[in-house]
Amino acid sequence: MPITLKLNGQPRAWSGDPDQPLLWFIRDDAGLVGTKFGCGIGSCGACTVHVDGAAQRSCVTPMAAVDGKSVTTIEGIGKDGALHPVQQAWLDEDVAQCGYCQPGQIMAAIDFLQQNPSPDEAAIRASINNLCRCGTYVRIARAIQRAARSGAKA
Amino acid sequence: MTAAIDRRSFFRLSAVAGSLVLAVPRQALAVIAGPVEDGAAIGLFVRIRPDGRVIIRTPSTEIGQGTSTAIPMIIAEELDVAWDKVTVGMMTGQMREGMEGPLPPGIFYEGAGGSNAVRRSYAPAREVGATIRQLLLAEASAVLGLPLDRLATSEGQVFDRQQPRRRVDYGKLAAGAAVRPLPKGPPPLKSPDQFRIIGTPQPQKEARAVITGQPLYGIDQSMPGMLHAVCLRPEVVDAQIATVDDKAALAVPGVRAVIRLPAIAPGALYDNSPLGAAVAVVAESHWAALKGRDALKVTWTEPALREDSAAMVEAGYARLTGAGAVPVGAAGDAGAAFARAAKVVEARYDAPMVAHATLEPQNTIALVTAERCEIVTPTQRPSLCATTAKAITGLPLDRIKITAVRSGGGFGRRLSADQVAEAVLIAKAMPGVPVKLLWTRECDITTDVYRNGSAQRLRAGLDASGRIVAWQHDVATQARRYRRSDDQSDKGLSEGEVPVFDAPGALVADRAYRYAPIFSAVARGSWRAPGANIHGWTEQCFVDELAEAAGADPFDFRLAMLTGDAVLGNDRDRYSVKRLARVIAELKTRSGWQGRRVGKGGAGSKGRGMAAHFSFGSYVGHVVDVTMGEGGAFSVDRVVSVIDCGLVINPNGVTMQNEGAINDALNTALSLEITLKDGVVQQRNFDSYEMMRMDRAALRIETHILPSDEAPSGMGEPSLPPFAPALCNALYAATGKRIRRLPIRDQLA
Repeated sequence: MPITLKLNGQPRAWSGDPDQPLLWFIRDDAGLVGTKFGCGIGSCGACTVHVDGAAQRSCVTPMAAVDGKSVTTIEGIGKDGALHPVQQAWLDEDVAQCGYCQPGQIMAAIDFLQQNPSPDEAAIRASINNLCRCGTYVRIARAIQRAARSGAKA
Repeated sequence: MTAAIDRRSFFRLSAVAGSLVLAVPRQALAVIAGPVEDGAAIGLFVRIRPDGRVIIRTPSTEIGQGTSTAIPMIIAEELDVAWDKVTVGMMTGQMREGMEGPLPPGIFYEGAGGSNAVRRSYAPAREVGATIRQLLLAEASAVLGLPLDRLATSEGQVFDRQQPRRRVDYGKLAAGAAVRPLPKGPPPLKSPDQFRIIGTPQPQKEARAVITGQPLYGIDQSMPGMLHAVCLRPEVVDAQIATVDDKAALAVPGVRAVIRLPAIAPGALYDNSPLGAAVAVVAESHWAALKGRDALKVTWTEPALREDSAAMVEAGYARLTGAGAVPVGAAGDAGAAFARAAKVVEARYDAPMVAHATLEPQNTIALVTAERCEIVTPTQRPSLCATTAKAITGLPLDRIKITAVRSGGGFGRRLSADQVAEAVLIAKAMPGVPVKLLWTRECDITTDVYRNGSAQRLRAGLDASGRIVAWQHDVATQARRYRRSDDQSDKGLSEGEVPVFDAPGALVADRAYRYAPIFSAVARGSWRAPGANIHGWTEQCFVDELAEAAGADPFDFRLAMLTGDAVLGNDRDRYSVKRLARVIAELKTRSGWQGRRVGKGGAGSKGRGMAAHFSFGSYVGHVVDVTMGEGGAFSVDRVVSVIDCGLVINPNGVTMQNEGAINDALNTALSLEITLKDGVVQQRNFDSYEMMRMDRAALRIETHILPSDEAPSGMGEPSLPPFAPALCNALYAATGKRIRRLPIRDQLA
């Protein structure tokens, strides 16, 4: 039996190795490269996607664990070609330097804001643990607060 | 070197499909073939489309430092187009046989490194924009039948000065302008008060593509029929392949080949970086390659030496303080000055090796056939990738195409081409098949070209009034700062390692410097602000110690020394004592400094510290506020930064680099080090190489950029060196404890 899932709303089937991490299905099989590889041990968060709406590190999520689930990547959060409000906040604060971690940061932030619609800085510091090697944390924190002010949820 | 390039060749133009193309002609420069969109057969800086949109490509590669926005801003300024009509991109490069050095040579800065892109591209970028503007004016003159002196430009249009409503869009003039003869002599340039783009805060042009997940990075690229490669490496540095049993690996579904890659000695192939032995597994997917790697059975030889980083540093320090030290610079009579001094202060400072840990691990796509080689890679030095591929394939340079793409971080890591060499070696073993080599995080951390570690002794003599009258700075560090340097003489090794030009030492009449090697087989390379990233810390912490010994305020102590108009530095980096003093004076005012107070430590204790340093063309000072928490933990509450980087191209870009460099420096000072034990690198992934997350980051940073008419200088690096000392000086103020060894870790517990 192949593994079936929804990827950004589209039904998909996977007959390969059920141990293969979701990350490599997304990047190499589905060809969506916005989800990044950073560490392979679930530490840095560059690979963060939503599984049934919750942020998850896709590099340590085996395909077997997403059978029957709905997976959303950075490519799937905007509606009708428009940016997601959290993406817009990222643009307004001009967060990205190298930018490699930012899709994962945005996916983490969207989930976080769903749980905490009006977070203070301490809550953001304590909850967002994605790594930014360029050190753009100043603007990540600011963008999350901006998105919260604009009432950004899913 | 390639013959000098004359301006007319540089600015030769061609019309392609209605676009104006400013091209670097092949016969003169031998650089840049393609991209071939719109049928362009030669490379380009600027293209103006019929609808008025402008595409500006530069050979400065984007690694997160913002030059893919800043340099097009310079060109767009002189071209006089609306910035929102501009899109940016990177050049594809190809060198000609017989050509050496960067590409395109001598005209435009290539790649990314040394905070050079803005400072070295400013003049040529202005000339590129201004020359095209002249051509557009000449074309408009012909089209409108008006003399040139009646015409002017504004935001992508030429207009008649007497009847300003008579206007023609650049897009309509571009095709004709492209085939016009070049104007004679250099084009007129704007005066700075006419700038409309330069000096305005602009967001990064590629930000939207980044945050929507577009395929920008090396790891995102692909070629038809591409296979995936990963490498198995020995745990012990310098071990070689003994035996390989690849039966099980080849039986893994999707695995296509196992390739033995013997170690490459420094200098044997492409530069002076070594490349360790590895066994590569090539498969139809990255995951299959990983499974194949796990199924490999490989034994390795025992290397001649299993290194221990702590022992190697102590041996180096013993050499430095014993008979093995090499004098590398002196003035006056330091010995006599120390004997006369009222007070002598001495301290040892230690900084470890650190890894780059770019978040995008090293990767390269390579295709090698009998006739050609194609490389797609995130790099800081495209031309080095080309010469590396030439050395491995034996192909002439004009058969080697380099596509440099956006890098997920650089920090100096991608100035080396070891990962490119490895990819080309694998691809050469599989002719005609494109192969993407992707290093795992473990591979990336254990196979880095590390920032060298250093053990230093600083000594200063103070006279009765508290002035520095004798200075001695001794540096032990890995014997080769850059394994890629060709100069392996004592001078070549010590240059850049011993900061003979830094203030305050260089302002002391009686001074001496010494160097001793720390021997190690581990590869080292450039790491953001090489040299300065350690010296800025040792010197600025030590000066804080001296100010205290002199009973002086740290600002006043520095300003008292930084008087006069002296210009220090060398041909590459010249710095004015006056500009450094101005930054320090402004920092004192803007931070609201009220003198030094030393706290008792313990939770709740607060401290403020400052440091200021010149490096890579720019002057930066920080004041840092900390509050101590439980168990030696602390928070960085506020940072005030003052920057002099000359004329500012993009203030937003400068602010971003300042914020990023501060958090990079904080991260590194807090907990990062690479250590070797029994020949094995002890850090392997982000569980053992602990990169800072937002919980400990500095989130309140006030960036003050001083206005300046001096030539622009870069900001990718200069904010980093003064941060760690300002932090350590603040921690001293909070606790009374000096941090003389990095990382800080639990030293304040």
